[in-house]
Amino acid sequence: MTSVVATNQTILVVGGGISGMTAALEAAETGKQVVLVERNPYLGGRTVQLYRYFPKMCHPTCGLEINLRRLKANPRIQVLTMAEVTGITGGKGNYSVSLKLKPRFVNENCTACGDCAQAVQTEIDDAYNYNLTKVKAAFLPSIFAYPQRYVIDPSIVGGAEGEAAKAACKYNAVDLTMKEETVTLNAGAIVWATGWKPYDAEKIVYYGYDRFPNVVTNVEFERMADPRGPTGGKILRPSDGKEAKNVAFIQCAGSRDENHLRHCSRFCCMGSLKQTHYVQEAFGDEGKSTIYYIDIRAIDRFEDFYQKVKANPNVSFVKSKVARITQDKDGNPVCNGVNTEGYLRYATAHDLVVLAVGMEPEVKGVSIPAEVMSDSSGFVMADPANAGIFGAGCATNALDVNRAVQSATAAALRAIQVVNKVARAEG
Amino acid sequence: MSNLNEQMADRYKNNFLKEIEEQAEMGEWVKMCMQCGLCSGSCPTHFHSGWDHPPQEIFMLIRAGKREEVLNSQGMYMCTSCYNCYVRCPRKVPVTHVMHGIAEYAYRIGRAPKAQPTLHLSKTFWTNATKYGRVNEVQLTQSLYFKDGIGSGIKKAMEMQKEALGLVMAGRLNPMEALGMGHKCKDVSGIHKMLAKAEELEAKNKAAKADTAGKE
Ligand SMILES: Cc1cc2nc3c(=O)[nH]c(=O)nc-3n(C[C@H](O)[C@H](O)[C@H](O)COP(=O)(O)OP(=O)(O)OC[C@H]3O[C@@H](n4cnc5c(N)ncnc54)[C@H](O)[C@@H]3O)c2cc1C
Ligand code: SF4
Ligand code: SF4
Repeated sequence: MTSVVATNQTILVVGGGISGMTAALEAAETGKQVVLVERNPYLGGRTVQLYRYFPKMCHPTCGLEINLRRLKANPRIQVLTMAEVTGITGGKGNYSVSLKLKPRFVNENCTACGDCAQAVQTEIDDAYNYNLTKVKAAFLPSIFAYPQRYVIDPSIVGGAEGEAAKAACKYNAVDLTMKEETVTLNAGAIVWATGWKPYDAEKIVYYGYDRFPNVVTNVEFERMADPRGPTGGKILRPSDGKEAKNVAFIQCAGSRDENHLRHCSRFCCMGSLKQTHYVQEAFGDEGKSTIYYIDIRAIDRFEDFYQKVKANPNVSFVKSKVARITQDKDGNPVCNGVNTEGYLRYATAHDLVVLAVGMEPEVKGVSIPAEVMSDSSGFVMADPANAGIFGAGCATNALDVNRAVQSATAAALRAIQVVNKVARAEG
Repeated sequence: MSNLNEQMADRYKNNFLKEIEEQAEMGEWVKMCMQCGLCSGSCPTHFHSGWDHPPQEIFMLIRAGKREEVLNSQGMYMCTSCYNCYVRCPRKVPVTHVMHGIAEYAYRIGRAPKAQPTLHLSKTFWTNATKYGRVNEVQLTQSLYFKDGIGSGIKKAMEMQKEALGLVMAGRLNPMEALGMGHKCKDVSGIHKMLAKAEELEAKNKAAKADTAGKE
């Protein structure tokens, strides 16, 4: 059984992305007890699936490592992975929270040696790589995964492969008897940091994401550029494996659109500007990027970044929302539309089109198991009627990492105030 | 009194956006456009050489107060009502309807271009459809074919002979319509009364609009 120590002076953080980790650390470093609940088998959220970070173009693992070091050094944080909140009752200062913990089938003896994976043949979709590839049914989600522990997929448990994985492990870490558990715990305040998900590109019918193999999304492109990704960091077209040297980026794919997402997703202009660096890096002067945009929103201090990309002769900008993508006989995606500077019609073929899809709150459609207010896009809002639950990061708005972290710190501070009040009342 | 065109220009001074917002049906949507270009890029008629300004440009011209450019434009009349722009516009601007609204306004103040083919089609269609309450396809086609004279009419009719015959065989076209027979609605005089009433209401509505034009 998983045992969790929690009282009504504990802060519960839901979601272990950069925002949730930040909120948990900030609260714990002021001396509060924190329980951090993450649905994935690892911490870090969607940032760890990026190849590089704007504005400094560093690798996300670097920031993650610092946070993990803080986390490991702090005994006040209890981390629960593969865990989801299923119900919240009570109120500010006195919540009762039920959690569902999925079995990992691997215990803390695991040294991440990988012998279990060697013994297994079955492959499953690789969620870490947005299903662009497959992984063994005994897997480490990424080499930086925390906890550094393998996961065994339930599909092989109860069969010969599960037994083979168990037999292969020299450390007795594979435990096929693990069961799904339900845990109830107390909390004085809750930080809701469940983040975002990419907008479903198939819904933008005229871009043909479901019909044309060489139309991909920006999150997939991050994985394609990553040396640890499915293509080993080579930017190759999915249809024929040809190097994609002429890449188009379509901005606002789903965002700022009453038929899709109402809001500006804020990060995606910067995201595409950043991704032009990947093309340049991979192919030098042979790598050409074209950004189709309504207006470029490189907010405040990101303007510099934009100006530098703009000065690159290998990057061109077309002020136009692409109206339609078609495919020519060579399998090249063709962008069709009208360039609003001069109102000229174009039909331009590229090797690859990257849709800069926007952010949708992860919780949209999945009801938070408590009364929490949300705006017209489904993002969590501060609710005076439920003053002990605070949103943080992309659960509250479409944000880049910097802003997500700021928002997480603010949420931690509010949560701390609530449990301080509880502590004073209890003397 | 000067003509309606000059009257309106005078009333609204240089505020053409306001003029369109108040006078053209759906005109109030013009300011919602964010100039993304999706409508223009989605429009099938943009391949036609007669189309000088796509919807997005018309909207920008209105906002820029380019009254003459807009009223002289063929753009509004080139719309075929395919509704591609309408369903895709990220701001939910009812582009098709706005285009029709502007065209209708231009026509109302006597600024529709001369010999505009789609305007001709609309008028012919309207006269034809309201006569019997249902469209008389044969007479409609005839009046369109022969609009440029007998010679070119016969030539066009010959070209389309095969198609026409196919339609007749399939029961989709009744040759008797040429003689004013064929399908009609049950209560023709009822339809005429309804249309007369609608016209009366609309005229009243527009007169009121013209009266208050430009006033806060
Ligand atoms: C293509 C792309 C490129 C980007 N590039 C950059 C960049 O270069 N620089 C930058 O600053 N920003 C970038 N961003 C934005 C960045 O990804 C976000 O700002 C960041 O991920 C926000 O972190 P978060 O913790 O709020 O959310 P997330 O990263 O989404 O983390 C949320 C966590 O909550 C977990 N969770 C969700 N639901 C539940 C639940 N019910 N129970 C328990 N746990 C749950 C999830 O598993 C996840 O681990 C980019 C985004 C995209 C799409
Ligand atoms: S950040 Fe840029 S691409 Fe993203 S929704 Fe806003 S304007 Fe569009
Ligand atoms: S699609 Fe809509 S918002 Fe975009 S230019 Fe056309 S009318 Fe304006």
